[in-house]
Amino acid sequence: MTLLRSILLRREAGIAVMIVLFCLAVGAVKPQFLTFDQLRIILLLTPLIMIGAMGQMLVIVARHVDLSIGSMLGVSAMVSGMLYRYVEVMPWWAGIPISIAVGATLGLGNGLLITLFRLPAIIVTLGTLSLYRGLTFIISNAKQIDRQYIPSELKALSQTSPIMGIPWIIFIAFGVAILTYVFAMHTRVGRQVFALGSNPVAAPLRGIKVTQVTLLVFAISGALSGLAGILYASRWGFVNPSNTGSGFEFQVIAAVVIGGASINGGVGTVLGTVLGVLLLGCVAAALPLLGIPGTSQAAIYGAVILIALLIDRSVRRQGIVSLKRAGA
Amino acid sequence: MTPLDTPRPAETIAPSQQRWQTLLIRPEIMTFLLLVIGIFAGSLLSPFFLDVNYILKSFTLYSELAIVALILTMVIIAGEIDLSPAANMALSACLFAWAQASGIPMPVAIGIGLAAGLAMGALNAWMVISLQLPSIIVTIGTLTLYRGLAQVIAGDKSIRVPDWFIGVDKIMLAGVPLPVVMFVVLALVLAVVLGGTIFGRQIYQIGTNEVAARHAGIRSARIKFSLFLLIGVVAAIAGILTASRLGSVRYDLALGGELQMVLMAMLGGTYIFGGRGTILGTFLAAWLLVIVSTGMIVANVLPAVQLVVLGGLLIVAIIATNLIYSRTQR
Repeated sequence: MTLLRSILLRREAGIAVMIVLFCLAVGAVKPQFLTFDQLRIILLLTPLIMIGAMGQMLVIVARHVDLSIGSMLGVSAMVSGMLYRYVEVMPWWAGIPISIAVGATLGLGNGLLITLFRLPAIIVTLGTLSLYRGLTFIISNAKQIDRQYIPSELKALSQTSPIMGIPWIIFIAFGVAILTYVFAMHTRVGRQVFALGSNPVAAPLRGIKVTQVTLLVFAISGALSGLAGILYASRWGFVNPSNTGSGFEFQVIAAVVIGGASINGGVGTVLGTVLGVLLLGCVAAALPLLGIPGTSQAAIYGAVILIALLIDRSVRRQGIVSLKRAGA
Repeated sequence: MTPLDTPRPAETIAPSQQRWQTLLIRPEIMTFLLLVIGIFAGSLLSPFFLDVNYILKSFTLYSELAIVALILTMVIIAGEIDLSPAANMALSACLFAWAQASGIPMPVAIGIGLAAGLAMGALNAWMVISLQLPSIIVTIGTLTLYRGLAQVIAGDKSIRVPDWFIGVDKIMLAGVPLPVVMFVVLALVLAVVLGGTIFGRQIYQIGTNEVAARHAGIRSARIKFSLFLLIGVVAAIAGILTASRLGSVRYDLALGGELQMVLMAMLGGTYIFGGRGTILGTFLAAWLLVIVSTGMIVANVLPAVQLVVLGGLLIVAIIATNLIYSRTQR
């Protein structure tokens, strides 16, 4: 009973219930929404957001925010795309480590600016959002990398499947989620990220190396954006200097806050974030079925962020009330 | 807005710090010097830079953002931030254009646009002040929402405004375009309000230490609420001005404008953690930004490089401001 209660009281249960209710509601109107094929479509919409959301969740848990992920995605995809285009001997898989390295470097740049000069992450990453986007245009000379330059083995990652018709790219995304879970829950540094976010003043007093942990968090966010970048090339088969990754940050932040990560730092789970990503995926897949034009997607992401904030607030208040009752 | 580290221990500087030093090493002075250097460098690039009319004409391209940046400066001084005004401009302009295109008389359509701006400001204010959610994340959310709603209303099409309504930037008052006059007048009014009235001084106190300000009897919630309402309405005015300048409205009106607005405030020496900053600084920074942007256009710099320069400038500006304040303004 207590076990069931504690499961039901968790934030993740609420999101799971929301997903089920939403799917049933859409399924009642359009029965084809509840088919296995549709599940594949939903899953295919989510891998990039899921990978980005894992990095963003760590950043938000550490009480920062990273607005530059979409631009980092663009730069790292573009670097690999340019290499595929001009270096003929490059093996298809080389783009993956290269993109991750490029993203990690850019993320580290964010982290250095934030820690060295004690600047708020929001302003720094607003600046690098523009800076990195400009960089994408400069290295590409404002030209798109077309289909024929992206290696077919890379594109196959999003089309061929090892099992049950589910493409590799989805397994990669869930693999990243599992690794993030292990990092966040079972490593010393991972726990330090949570300690830092829940009380930044106390963290250095407990011997946490705040600078290193912050740098690491931003580097991870960058590296995962880089991975999302090369997978973007795999999924869509092109890299465009202006489209690739633009607006990515809002989708990812929406997924992370709906997944229960608290904007006040210190709170956030991998499972919640995964469910948040899936909920966004369900919404995105349901829109065309319901005949709602795609132009309304951005508004829905915005509304989702705000609703998540409201839920987060009422959950916190209830927590405070129950604490007062228990401890009075 | 939370500084990660504990505040620096009070530095052991001599108490008898020279007055001229604190006066001289102010961010606004830096902005002014940069402005002079910018004009000088620009005049080497092209003789147009010494032509006042050319500069004024270039300024009309940025005047709407600059007008909002003045209010944003006050919001940042009060210790909050608002990233949504650029999206607010787009949504109010779209609503206004959609209303007048569907046959509603122009004054009512303008009223609809302004009311929408006020409502958007009120939503921000309600979430930040009444519900005490952090303004950073709230305005990221409303930025997405407002821009998204603009996209819902306008779709991928552009909505035209009537011919007689086009060209507010062509109206001249004593040889100065009307939007520039509006910017200068608003800057003067706000400088007096911020520097010379009790209301203005209370904004600084809230930004410096909100808890202390509340204990001192300052109605911080009410003041911050009114600032968010104000920036909502002013953003709507700016959106309608932009509609008049461009002649048509699309959902991507002022896209990315939040960067320029924050950049103007930061370049002008507004302290990102609140409590410091002046209207004069933002006023100078707006001109500086126009000089830099126009200079890059004159010098045939690629638009992509301009993105890099603007982003880099924002980071350099905030580093410099923080350094100056940590040295002199203890």
